[in-house]
Amino acid sequence: MPRIVGIDLGTTNSLVAYMKDGKPCVIPGRTGRAMVPSVVALTDNGLIVGDSAKEHLTRSPERTVYSVKRFMGKGLADVQNELAYFPYSLTERGGVIRITLGEKSYSPPQISAMILKELKQRAEAHLGESITKTVITVPAYFNDSQRQATKDAGLIAGLEVLRIINEPTAASLAYGLQNKTQGTIAVYDFGGGTFDISILKLKNGIFEVLATNGDTHLGGDDLDRRIADLFLDEIRTAAHLDLSTYPDYMQAVRLEAERAKVRLSDELKTQIAIELPDGKGRYTRELTRDQLESMVMDIIERTLIPCRLALKDAELMPAQIDEVVLVGGSTRMPLVRQRVQELFDKQPHCDINPDEVVALGAAVQADILSGGTTDMLLLDVTPLSLGIETMGGVMSSLIRRNTTIPASAKELFTTYVDGQTGVDIHILQGERELVKDNRSLARFRLKVPPLPAGVPRIEVTFLLDANGILNVTASDMRTGQRQSIDVKPSYGLSDNEVEQMIEDSFKFAQEDVAARKLIEARLDAEALIVTTEKSLSEGARLVAQDMLAAIREALTALTAAKGGTDPKAIRARMADLEQTAKPLSVTLLDDSLKRSLQGKKVTDIT
Amino acid sequence: MDQHHTHNTGSRDLRMARSMCWHCQSEMSGEYFCERCVKVQPVSKETDYFTCFGLPRRLTIDLKKLEAKFYEMSRAFHPDFYQNKSETEQTISLGNAATLNTAYRTLRDPIQRAEYLLDLEAGSVKDIRTSPPSDLFEEILELQETVEAYRASDRTSETGRRLLTQLVAERQALDQRKQDMEHHLQQICTDWDALQDRGEATSQARTERDRLLKQMREILSNRTYVKNIVNDLAATIG
Ligand SMILES: Nc1ncnc2c1ncn2[C@@H]1O[C@H](COP(=O)(O)OP(=O)(O)O)[C@@H](O)[C@H]1O
Ligand SMILES: [Mg+2]
Repeated sequence: MPRIVGIDLGTTNSLVAYMKDGKPCVIPGRTGRAMVPSVVALTDNGLIVGDSAKEHLTRSPERTVYSVKRFMGKGLADVQNELAYFPYSLTERGGVIRITLGEKSYSPPQISAMILKELKQRAEAHLGESITKTVITVPAYFNDSQRQATKDAGLIAGLEVLRIINEPTAASLAYGLQNKTQGTIAVYDFGGGTFDISILKLKNGIFEVLATNGDTHLGGDDLDRRIADLFLDEIRTAAHLDLSTYPDYMQAVRLEAERAKVRLSDELKTQIAIELPDGKGRYTRELTRDQLESMVMDIIERTLIPCRLALKDAELMPAQIDEVVLVGGSTRMPLVRQRVQELFDKQPHCDINPDEVVALGAAVQADILSGGTTDMLLLDVTPLSLGIETMGGVMSSLIRRNTTIPASAKELFTTYVDGQTGVDIHILQGERELVKDNRSLARFRLKVPPLPAGVPRIEVTFLLDANGILNVTASDMRTGQRQSIDVKPSYGLSDNEVEQMIEDSFKFAQEDVAARKLIEARLDAEALIVTTEKSLSEGARLVAQDMLAAIREALTALTAAKGGTDPKAIRARMADLEQTAKPLSVTLLDDSLKRSLQGKKVTDIT
Repeated sequence: MDQHHTHNTGSRDLRMARSMCWHCQSEMSGEYFCERCVKVQPVSKETDYFTCFGLPRRLTIDLKKLEAKFYEMSRAFHPDFYQNKSETEQTISLGNAATLNTAYRTLRDPIQRAEYLLDLEAGSVKDIRTSPPSDLFEEILELQETVEAYRASDRTSETGRRLLTQLVAERQALDQRKQDMEHHLQQICTDWDALQDRGEATSQARTERDRLLKQMREILSNRTYVKNIVNDLAATIG
């Protein structure tokens, strides 16, 4: 079985991890950092991802996408009230949000796929093998559409997603493996864009989720906005300046707000400084931890509601929780820790790096799937009730929330009218009574043989697989024949569209590789030109005139090649130049060696 | 696995019908895995949840043992352990795991367990009560009036507060009644188990069996009725 890696595809940061000698470990990039900022930017040289893309947030905000996870599996109407916060332009096609970057528009799974590709390449470089299979984590409270969108992102990135697992449960796997924990634990996961709480029972290697709850629109981003809004208000009053028309300054304010928030986790007060446009000087102020806490208290309180609901569903009192595990960057805030500690009346654990623990858990699950780890098994639940629309716009629940997955439910359908040939079925997810208050997942038309009313008997099976993703099958009870069902997702890409995107992505991948080769060749050429020119200025007096002319000629040739688009030509001219300039560099080396030895005693040279 | 089997009128043959392994076509002797080729076998649609766990059809269940068995069978069937297997085996594992999860959820809860047994023994219990049980009739009518009055009242007024106190007391009373019913149900369950253990085939035993099932059905439907009232009440008074 080829290797399976584990990926934490976060709102803010993403990581890839794998199992090495029975222990999960994250894979660092060239700079040694394991976290890849989940940011994609369109530059003149093409699309870039991660740390370098993050630099473009203030440089070209309208072409730099961050927090794309907030849009996965969503329509435009779902995010209407936060559109103002995003500098890039969003539209909708076929129930799916599209993000405009330059002349093209991309669906959230395509943007996510770029981040996944970066992680894939990183893993391939580190492990020296090609990576095609993965486990990807999602917030536990993600619905079917959001999970499906994540799976699509994997496909577009050329990765087979063998399993979608929930972030808090992934964290529990890493935590349980390291600490050999037994008992009941609560995992509190507060990241950049989402909040999750999961309550699990750990017993002899079985990780049984008892209940899960959360909010897919609650995270550190919301804290940043609260702080940024304060700064923007003050700038408006003090400097009579409305920054909302300056996307780049809006980003600068957002980033400064986030940095201040992070600093206030360690310090009691901090200084804010933001340069203003149009010669309006700079905005400065002090922000204290107390001020921050009173500003965001209500947001932190909002995380406690799902905690109480999860406890209720698990039929547990806070005191019955043996251990509380903190996950996600936002749990570094002292106020968060304090409120969690008060709710559960115990000191929460944070002995595994909260940034890495989810990816580590994904690697453990990947190892279980590949047959490496056999003593651990995760029994997860579906976070939301699944049902269908019935008469009067009411949802009839088929699989209740917190049911262990895989889970299935069967429904028998018949007809009301003689000769009726189809029954329309509308699938929903949510906890509310009325259809309109729940999430529409999909619709399909059940084919029925034309018979007198009430005679046809079609059994439809709704199966939530181990990923929490819905599969629908139907069979005619009278003939025993199975029927294939063409389910139309309400908020998802169609199969055809995903296929097209995979194809495009493959095409772009080849273009990307070519572009990357050219960029690298140009950069290397540039470096060689600079060093050669330096040598020339230093060593012109040490070599013969015709040698100098030859070097200058090779230098001109390389400069010309660098202006072209053929990386091979550039490399060839570089080789020429290196060859021609070699005597010069050797001479220079000898010269500097001689000079550095002058004035030193022989005993110093060893 | 446990080999006790109850022999009841109208029940299906519980032992999984001797059939053939889908893979090697040999006659199946193993329970869920073919003894010859070791391939996983689909849990038969005819297998009831008690049989699935190798349990006799009794209403008193040791939850620790049930859990241990559930974990053991999860390890046998969970799709995580079938990633490297054929597509057929993966499909079977998925179906079996889903069945197992439903079986566990049903048997773990004493109410669902009793409802399920009733369904197996005497057909569906889901005849939903729309009017209150006779001994609760007056009480419920009065309650409905109080709820109406409370809804119409100014919650901060003297009357509003008085009605609220009344409703809170009423909720407690109904909660208590629900608990009494559950207690009664438990008694009937014990009687049921004892009757089954005796294994008599007399006409007297048959009459007793029908009486117990009838009582069970009544309590279960009354309890559901009261539970719904309590839930509605909780939603009103918060
Ligand atoms: N020291 C800190 N104090 C407060 N918030 C922090 C700190 N470090 C990181 N964060 C916040 O954590 C969030 C990112 O957490 P992370 O778990 O990486 O998110 P995600 O899983 O959503 O990608 C951001 O909102 C960031 O501002
Ligand atoms: Mg996270």
